[in-house]
Amino acid sequence: MKKQGRKINGNTFLLLITIILFFVMYGVGIVVFKEQGFAKVQNFLNLFISNAGLIVIATGMTIVMITGGIDISVGSVTAMVCMILAWSMENKGWGAVQATVFVLAIGLVFGFVQGWLVAYLKIQPFIVTLAGMFFARGMTAVISKDMISIKNETFLAWAQYKMHLPFGGYVNKKGVTIYPYIYPSVVIAIVVLVLMFVVLKYTKFGRSIYAIGGNEQSALMMGLDVKRTKLKAYVLEGFLSSLGGFLFCLNTCSGFVEQAKGLEMDAIASSVIGGTLLTGGVGNVFGSLFGVLIKGTIEAFITFQGTLSSWWTRITIAAMLCFFIVLQSIFAATKNKK
Amino acid sequence: MEKNIVLTMKNIDKNFPGVKALQNVDFTLRAGEIHALMGENGAGKSTLIKVLTGVEEFETGEIRIEGKNTPIINHSPQEAQENGISTVYQEVNLCPNLSVAENLFIGREPKKAGMIDWRTMRKQSKELLEKLDIDIDVSVAIENYSIAIQQMIAIARAVDMSAKVLILDEPTSSLDDGEVEKLFALMRRLRDQGVGIIFVTHFLEQVYAVCDRITVLRNGTLVGEYKVEDLPRVQLVAKMMGKDFDDLATIKTEGSSTASANPVVISAKQLGHKGTIKPFDLEIHKGEVIGLSGLLGSGRSELARSIYGADKPDSGELEVNGKKLVVTKPLDAMMHGMGYLPENRKEEGIIADLSVRENIMIALQAKKGAFHLFSKKEQEEFTDKYIDILQIKTADRETPIKQLSGGNQQKVILGRWLLTNPDFLILDEPTRGIDIGTKTEIQKLVLKLADEGKTVMFISSEIEEMIRTCSRMAILRDGAKVGELREESLDQNSIMKAIAGGGN
Amino acid sequence: MEGIKKLTSKRLFMPLFCLAIMMVVAVIASPDFFKITVQNGVLYGRVIDVINRGSEVVILAVGMTIVVAASAGTDISVGALMAVVAAVTCAFVAGGQQSVNEYVNNPILGVLLGILVGILCGCFNGFLVAKMKIQPMVATLILFTAGRGIAQLLTNGQITYVRVESFKKLGSSLPGVPIPTSVFITIFVVVLTLFVLKKTALGMYVESVGINPTASRLVGLNSTLIIFGAYAFSGLCASIAGLINCSRIYSADANNIGLNLELDAILAVALGGNSLGGGKFSLIGSVIGAYTIQALTTTLYAVSVSADQIPVYKAIVVIIIVSLQSPELGKWIRSAKAKKAARAGKGGIA
Repeated sequence: MKKQGRKINGNTFLLLITIILFFVMYGVGIVVFKEQGFAKVQNFLNLFISNAGLIVIATGMTIVMITGGIDISVGSVTAMVCMILAWSMENKGWGAVQATVFVLAIGLVFGFVQGWLVAYLKIQPFIVTLAGMFFARGMTAVISKDMISIKNETFLAWAQYKMHLPFGGYVNKKGVTIYPYIYPSVVIAIVVLVLMFVVLKYTKFGRSIYAIGGNEQSALMMGLDVKRTKLKAYVLEGFLSSLGGFLFCLNTCSGFVEQAKGLEMDAIASSVIGGTLLTGGVGNVFGSLFGVLIKGTIEAFITFQGTLSSWWTRITIAAMLCFFIVLQSIFAATKNKK
Repeated sequence: MEKNIVLTMKNIDKNFPGVKALQNVDFTLRAGEIHALMGENGAGKSTLIKVLTGVEEFETGEIRIEGKNTPIINHSPQEAQENGISTVYQEVNLCPNLSVAENLFIGREPKKAGMIDWRTMRKQSKELLEKLDIDIDVSVAIENYSIAIQQMIAIARAVDMSAKVLILDEPTSSLDDGEVEKLFALMRRLRDQGVGIIFVTHFLEQVYAVCDRITVLRNGTLVGEYKVEDLPRVQLVAKMMGKDFDDLATIKTEGSSTASANPVVISAKQLGHKGTIKPFDLEIHKGEVIGLSGLLGSGRSELARSIYGADKPDSGELEVNGKKLVVTKPLDAMMHGMGYLPENRKEEGIIADLSVRENIMIALQAKKGAFHLFSKKEQEEFTDKYIDILQIKTADRETPIKQLSGGNQQKVILGRWLLTNPDFLILDEPTRGIDIGTKTEIQKLVLKLADEGKTVMFISSEIEEMIRTCSRMAILRDGAKVGELREESLDQNSIMKAIAGGGN
Repeated sequence: MEGIKKLTSKRLFMPLFCLAIMMVVAVIASPDFFKITVQNGVLYGRVIDVINRGSEVVILAVGMTIVVAASAGTDISVGALMAVVAAVTCAFVAGGQQSVNEYVNNPILGVLLGILVGILCGCFNGFLVAKMKIQPMVATLILFTAGRGIAQLLTNGQITYVRVESFKKLGSSLPGVPIPTSVFITIFVVVLTLFVLKKTALGMYVESVGINPTASRLVGLNSTLIIFGAYAFSGLCASIAGLINCSRIYSADANNIGLNLELDAILAVALGGNSLGGGKFSLIGSVIGAYTIQALTTTLYAVSVSADQIPVYKAIVVIIIVSLQSPELGKWIRSAKAKKAARAGKGGIA
């Protein structure tokens, strides 16, 4: 029984590729778009500002993907959440707090129903969440076919409250020092990320999620309550989707049917690019953060470039997802051969 | 009740649809003993274990465990664990993606302020494994370690869960000798601490090396419980196979063939498949029925599979009719006149939802290609012919095969291969789990095929049936071919001796 | 012969039953459902609408049925593939311009190019699923989202119009023929597929691989190739459906062509009595299922539910069907029944 050295396995390797890729891409951006101010601290923070919702959603996605499941309803849920927020505040005159609590509760219910169907009726997660995806998108249209802009003052105050950093400032032409800022949504996203990291790493629930993804049969044999854990994972993910949707809404301040289309792909791609295995059992929320940042950087490239269609973002993300799942598949094949 | 008994199972009955898996089985385990549970395939060993650990329910009977006044019924492995019964299975039930420490402590992690205390967990894991003389990095994912180490970790986990009864279900199948020794040392230590250990294995040497007592099952019934010193090895084999060693009223082979003078059809030179069958040489003559004999797990199926290309061989050469043949997939073998009736009828043989007709036609159709469909009429003729020849009892040729009884399903699979008119047919346990009448029919059929000049490879756990059908026999033990028996030496005693190997 | 007839009738009973219920609901919702009129030598009416508009769903369902049977997974990229094919064909025919009144390039070539691209996309899906062993829905998710992006790029983010009468024929009707062209194409696709399944062993191969891949391999079938072929075929079906839809609106609208149709196709397969777990399939069942779905869509339109709200109802139907198919639910019901029986038995003794 020899002592085996710590080897870099395929999964760590993939995550490493991702992190290096991000820094290389960002570096390239700084060089290429120097004139337009890509190197500014604010530009980096903008990655977080515009993707705060996605960070939270991708975190939730990572959790269900570690169990070996998936949720493709998140984009539609985001649209539904935005719509309910806008509709309840503008058409029903609800307060911002009331509306927010309401959408978060809806996220929990949505997660519960999907989770129950997956865990207890053992229906493929893909089918369940496919239905969820169409349901949520359809509900958005049922609530209102027209775009509703949010004018609720409390909500707008939340959305526009700038939190300046005490460093990284520069002096503008008028001689005033401008400090880079973030919005509260970024703080929430980071807090959620750290919290979920802790949950996954330091709670029995978190470890059970990994165990189920690693080998469901074994997890059962080792005395874990597989069904319950799965259900909880989907409920948590449903909650995070609605929270992510809320943060998303803080950016857009509106609700409309076509909103957040394809967001599920961004979330799944972020998770996969961040090292989460589609087969489950492996994944890390910080990896997913890098996945989101890569997606944000691609978006920034396209914005700074100015002439490319925004569809390139989607296609590039899809191509990267494809590349990473093929890599995963190859790693898995070589591992099995051993 | 006898003193120091930790576990009694009494009159256990368990039925699966169409099969009596356990009938009136008793089992007793004492504290501080290692008790081997022996039996061939279908004997009911694993069903008994499953019933005990709550994986399966049982119909009648009772299970009592020391310290409880009322009989217990486990509904899940967790419940069994709470009752002090822990199990380590053949295929390691650990989570490959988690670290060693986690696998040891999942579900009962040490905590500090509500959070998992990784440092303590690692420390305790280290200590636990050191006691078992395993020195590894506990923070590494378990998939990075050999199956042997994974197995030890699984045992460490089970032991640490304060087990009164520890079940080891074929734990040694993938360990090398040194590792097995370590495991035995551990088992003896646990025995001395008063743990009752149920040891399920098919390695005879190991039973004699470590066990105190043996319970033998056959066909779902109890054969008996013996002290190891009272049951010599050959006797044990005899009990497992259902024949008395001293019963010399052997059935002579019906008609003797002179097949060994015929030309060689199949010739394997150092053919092997890593991890399942060590490289072997084998020559098979035309018109011969060659038996593969050995206990379960001896490599008899694996040998056949490597010839057929079901598991692509990774060493050696295969010659068919004197020409070298590289088999990468079953179709290659089929194209050279081979057919293979697999051991596991349900998983690998039948295509459950397809009809009897489709199940019979599929192999010939695959050989002929998708675009040369046999006409409905031809298909019906072929199907009816084999339903008739093999006396398949089915409501209709369009009945889904899953609705047929096991024996009739097997006949359909046989029909499937006979239809392809194979020169070399491999039959792996063709008679398992089917009624006596059908068994005899299949045996007769095998002899008839040989008479017609076909070559058959026959694998069975039933020695009598092997003697009746085979003209020569290759003996396998522990994943290697260890010898051959010619027709004149085909009798129960010599076969059992050959299977049992060394020792007495 | 009688036995076989009984069997088919049994297998198609559920799909037909669902269709019948749908018809009743449709008539209640809009009493003129079955009314057919002739205007300008062309048949009009809600039923005709269902049959006409249902063409795309039926054709997609044909491909989806094979995919589900062979791989126990679904191809969710078909809707997006329709948009890609439409974009390829229109962009080629219009020579890259945004709107043309006559063909810039040969329309036949454009149609063939569209079909070729559709098949290639199907091959891409098939490669990922069959060769790389990636879960079907994840593999097809890539084109599901990227597909519309690709279509946008091909048409420069605009709707490309081909305002040529002959280009509209696929989606309308030929002069002097009262029945829409798409109906003929649908019949052609369905009949040809049925013919191939009947005249070759492919149907049996697909079912065999879907039911038991291990056993299939041991009898000499190449499951990788069969699954790959299923996805390529689904790509072909998607391209035909895409062309019909594109001809209807004589344009390539990357955002709306084939929108939500993947759900309809999956639903059609499930409604047709086919298990989403693969194996035995009934193509006719799926076709009936597809028309049922289209009837549902048309009826919802009739009661003025808008296009973007319809998925709500369909999603609920999907969940109901898959829940009913779930073996777990069966287990529950059986154990509940057993408990009830046990209780009754005890009551008897007392």
